[in-house]
Amino acid sequence: MSAHAEEHEHFAGSNKLFTSIWVWLLLLTLIEIVLAYKPMAIHFMLTILLGLSIIKAALIVAYFMHLKFERLSLILTIVPMLVVCICLLFVFFPDSFRSHGLRYQFKETPPAPAEATH
Amino acid sequence: MSTEARAPHFPAADWDGGVFPYRVGHRKLGMWLFIVSDSLTFSALLIGYSYLRASNVWPTPFPFYPSIVFSSVMTFCLLSSSLTMVFGVSASSRGDQAKARKWILATIVFGLAFIILHLIEWNHLYSEGLRPFSLPAEWVTRYAAPDGTLPSPLFGATFFTITGLHMFHVFTGTIYLAVVAARVKKLKHEDVEISGLYWHFVDLVWMFVFPLIYIMSVDVGAH
Repeated sequence: MSAHAEEHEHFAGSNKLFTSIWVWLLLLTLIEIVLAYKPMAIHFMLTILLGLSIIKAALIVAYFMHLKFERLSLILTIVPMLVVCICLLFVFFPDSFRSHGLRYQFKETPPAPAEATH
Repeated sequence: MSTEARAPHFPAADWDGGVFPYRVGHRKLGMWLFIVSDSLTFSALLIGYSYLRASNVWPTPFPFYPSIVFSSVMTFCLLSSSLTMVFGVSASSRGDQAKARKWILATIVFGLAFIILHLIEWNHLYSEGLRPFSLPAEWVTRYAAPDGTLPSPLFGATFFTITGLHMFHVFTGTIYLAVVAARVKKLKHEDVEISGLYWHFVDLVWMFVFPLIYIMSVDVGAH
């Protein structure tokens, strides 16, 4: 066990593995571009896009940045703290939706179509 | 059983000094911490953009050509540059420094291609009339809400800030990698790996910028 820990110079993962990760990343990007042209509700699209982005980010961090092969203590030091900090930033969104509701709304419908019937 | 014999089995012994608790050197840990703080910078910018977008009428001006074609090719360049970088780090771990330098130079070429394509893409938008604090006149009428509310003029500010800061990271990354490629024979393997961490991080940020800025703002009407 201690002998294994000495080998931190060794860079785990074969070039074949990295190439297959690259292919996956390209495929997920292609799905995103196709999704851009599918008519769907914006919330639904945002959820799918963010889901795909998080998968892509996880693949990059785990394999390209090699975190999967690092010690668990390093992973636990870096990842949960970052996720919590980013989630804390979501505290601003209720205010964003509130100011959307405060926007000036025209009470009457735009006049042009009604005039056109005369 | 003596304390010394049991020590390796206790994780707490890692923190008594004299060993690397994370099994990485201090430079690599430093780069990881920098990456965490830089992730928060980009998260704050992207969340600021989302805040503005959710509270305003937002233009969706990107046509298939040039914007989406260019940004997709740029994504391809960055993803491929990450692959060549990981090949370089892998070669360096085997002690093959000549090969590592070749792969790192390929990474720099992809990075420069990204910057050039992005500047061309910026120029398209700039010549259409997009500025940090104003929209082209055509966009104002085209993307107004059905109730008459005008689209937010802050589109340019968020677009140029986020993509600009990302482009700056790519630019500094190419300089960093050029220094690493030039000195690869003098550097330890871990130093090459650290430069790889930075480069992959730049790629990772683009994986969020591309869908949130470009894919979410596609002009479906214009092909």
